[in-house]
Amino acid sequence: MNMQTNLRALLLASAVAFAPAAYAETPADALVVAGSINDIITLDPAQAFEFSGNDVNQNTYDRLVDFDPADLDAGFQPSLAESWEASEDGTSITFTMREGVTFHSGNPVRAEDAAWSLQRAVKLDKTPAFILTQFGFTPDNVDEMITFDDTTLTLQLDAPYAQSFVLNCLTANIASVVDKELVMQNAEGDDLGNTWLATNDAGSGPYVLAGWRANEVVQLTAYEDYFQGAPAMKRVIVQNVEESSAQRLQLERGDIDVARDLSPTDADAVAEAEGVKIEEQPRGRILYMGLNQKDELLSNPAVIEAMKYLVDYEGITSSILKGEFVTHQSFLPKGYLGALDETPWTYDVEKAKQILADAGIEGGEVTTIVRDLREYTDVAQALQGSMAEAGLTLNIEQMTGAQVLDAYRAREVPIFLGEWGPDYSDPNTNAATFAYNPDNSDEANATGLLAWRNAYEVPAEMNEATLAATQEQDSDVRAQMYQDIQRQYQAEAPIIPLFQRIERAGLRENVNGWQSGGAVTSVIYRGVTKGE
Amino acid sequence: MSASDIDAAGGRETPSPGDQRPAAPSATRRRAKRIGGVILSLALTMLGLMLVTFIIGRVMPIDPVLKVVGERATQAQYDAAYQAMGLDDPLIVQFLNYIRDVIEGDFGRSISTGQLVLNDIKRVFPATVELATLGTLIGVFVGVPLGVIAAANRGGIIDQVARVLAIVGYSVPIFWLGLMGLLIFYGILGWVGGPGRQDIIYTGMVPTVTGLLLVDCLIAGDWGAFKDAFSHIILPASLLGYFSLAYISRMTRSFMLEQLSAEYVTTARVKGLSERAVIWGHAFRNIAIPLVTVIALSFGSLLEGSVLTEIIFSWPGLGQYVTNALLAGDMNAVLGGTIVIGTCFVALNLLSDLLYRVLDPRSS
Repeated sequence: MNMQTNLRALLLASAVAFAPAAYAETPADALVVAGSINDIITLDPAQAFEFSGNDVNQNTYDRLVDFDPADLDAGFQPSLAESWEASEDGTSITFTMREGVTFHSGNPVRAEDAAWSLQRAVKLDKTPAFILTQFGFTPDNVDEMITFDDTTLTLQLDAPYAQSFVLNCLTANIASVVDKELVMQNAEGDDLGNTWLATNDAGSGPYVLAGWRANEVVQLTAYEDYFQGAPAMKRVIVQNVEESSAQRLQLERGDIDVARDLSPTDADAVAEAEGVKIEEQPRGRILYMGLNQKDELLSNPAVIEAMKYLVDYEGITSSILKGEFVTHQSFLPKGYLGALDETPWTYDVEKAKQILADAGIEGGEVTTIVRDLREYTDVAQALQGSMAEAGLTLNIEQMTGAQVLDAYRAREVPIFLGEWGPDYSDPNTNAATFAYNPDNSDEANATGLLAWRNAYEVPAEMNEATLAATQEQDSDVRAQMYQDIQRQYQAEAPIIPLFQRIERAGLRENVNGWQSGGAVTSVIYRGVTKGE
Repeated sequence: MSASDIDAAGGRETPSPGDQRPAAPSATRRRAKRIGGVILSLALTMLGLMLVTFIIGRVMPIDPVLKVVGERATQAQYDAAYQAMGLDDPLIVQFLNYIRDVIEGDFGRSISTGQLVLNDIKRVFPATVELATLGTLIGVFVGVPLGVIAAANRGGIIDQVARVLAIVGYSVPIFWLGLMGLLIFYGILGWVGGPGRQDIIYTGMVPTVTGLLLVDCLIAGDWGAFKDAFSHIILPASLLGYFSLAYISRMTRSFMLEQLSAEYVTTARVKGLSERAVIWGHAFRNIAIPLVTVIALSFGSLLEGSVLTEIIFSWPGLGQYVTNALLAGDMNAVLGGTIVIGTCFVALNLLSDLLYRVLDPRSS
């Protein structure tokens, strides 16, 4: 595979010299995107949790609050809810619904639909349901906890959560508002329309789902009555193209407007080509190194400290990850409330040696398993080299992603190299997994917590700080709390954030307003326009 | 599996010289017995195929439940999905349940697409059939004459060219050849359409009737869409056709060489027949039977084996579908795909068996 990749790169590079100017062009009012969309298994917003499914639902549904594609940093904005107000004790929030909005079916969007959508997601209890149930909703109590009248919707919470925490969670796709009447007309048994919604849309978003053929294509058409104005692109077509070089050829020929999965080599080449451009946006995924605390060597604080200096941050980003990641040494991705931009560690083998010598550690050996993806194995090998310089031996075994994940969830990976993607746009999504582990015993079986998977006994005060941050009403203070947690984390935790993912989308030069969703959300098509 | 399996099971009997009495009832009974034998052997073949696929699927170290619920799922959600998928039953019960459902026409739901396997297959299989058919046609119409001419001019220039073509066809990875083809004919020259079955702009414009896009375009009378679809299929089909012709031309050549050294050919030549009549009229007619088997097998392998071509050309066919399913531990989809491919092989075998009878006067 590696040889093939090199060969392809060489061939394509040599071809660029001969490549003629593109003749084809997509229609002025259509956006044609190529990417890998074979991860979609359902389009029901109460269940879909895959990247490509979220990319569709983000555009076919609205939520009570949503991001502005032109300014993600502004955070959640009024959408189907015009305004909201928290009770004095902070345990309930009441939303006032926007009037005059209609679903694609023509039915009006009512407070009842919004309440039912949230209740439905809690009752179906599919994977993303935890985003809502963490506020105390259960299938049994949700009908009492989420109530509505003609114009308002009230969420009764089980604790005085930070308003920003609740509202950030409501930007997630599971909080999409679905058309109750339409869905219930198509429900089978007690499935609350789960089967029907897997392939149909019942939203009010800027785009209507015109079709999804698995592993092939997703087609969207503009919703002309969209409450924020009909989008400029009347059709959006997302074609499943898995080969990066095929995407690049299509982009350079003008057969597509956007290529979303370009390899580093192809992205570099596209950046040089005429009529096309590369737009970089940081995404939410963090590549990190987890040191399993069940391992005697790796649980030594001096080894943990030394390992931070044995990663060749610059070398790896420039020669292995090649523009797909940037160095980022804290667990909240850039773009999140409370993200920390400090990078305390540099590649410094001498310093690592000194730390190990001061602690009286002379050599040591670890055998770990790494997922058989080129990025991960190359990073592991770079680490192997620098560890050897510091007198530590790293043995690497390659396995499939599924095998590594199984072992990791069973706390059996000594040094884990892999990525974590946030589940929703609030800092708690990462804090609650990196920096929270109330019970480190095997019996706790908290497979969802990264700290537990690495057997990291999170100090009590950090557990408490993570919980306290979810209830801080002042957003500035809240951001400060997360920064403090991350500094403490950098100082002592055996889970070491290394890099943050960058999406390098290849675009035709006339495409403006492309929004991949940044670190906090999914792709948003409604701001896209095409120039001459 | 090959055509000879069916021969053995189906019992292509040659009437024995002593068997002269034309007893109608016994002939009918014999025919019924023969048909019964064919059906039984088909059923056993399919059952064996499903059993092996099923067991391989269950011992694979891939957790299908994780694919459905994702790694963020709680233990309760995981357990619920595990039960819903029937994985808590013993293996044999799972298998019997599956067979029962299949007999009732229910192939289950795919976990990698979330849709009914039957609907998925209805969608992806025509794409593969279309590609494999065109590929085989190219393979036959170029490969057979090439093989015959190569044999007739053994050691000559055409024979050498055919040999080099075949060696390249056998040894060059299809992955590389596919990307080169795209680069040259699509990227640089712009003679053909890019990846996918049609230009994106034509997506959804032609109503699906047969699922074979070229045919559907003709039914709709949309000449523009037809030309577009043709420009997309011609490159991957030529690629498959090339691999198919490499095999077909080599086999044709060796069959022909065998015939050309036979005595009846010498006799024909001595009688003063033209070389053309000897080759096409006598020798070629005699290789038609083994050639049918070769072509059927080649078509069958294109149906199941064009995975890489489908991935390079973003061709939404059965190969890509089954591969994706396999990697996700999606056994309903894999089994569905296996049944379709297995059925095709069996059907191709029956077809070639039938053609034997047509082509070989002795068997009628």
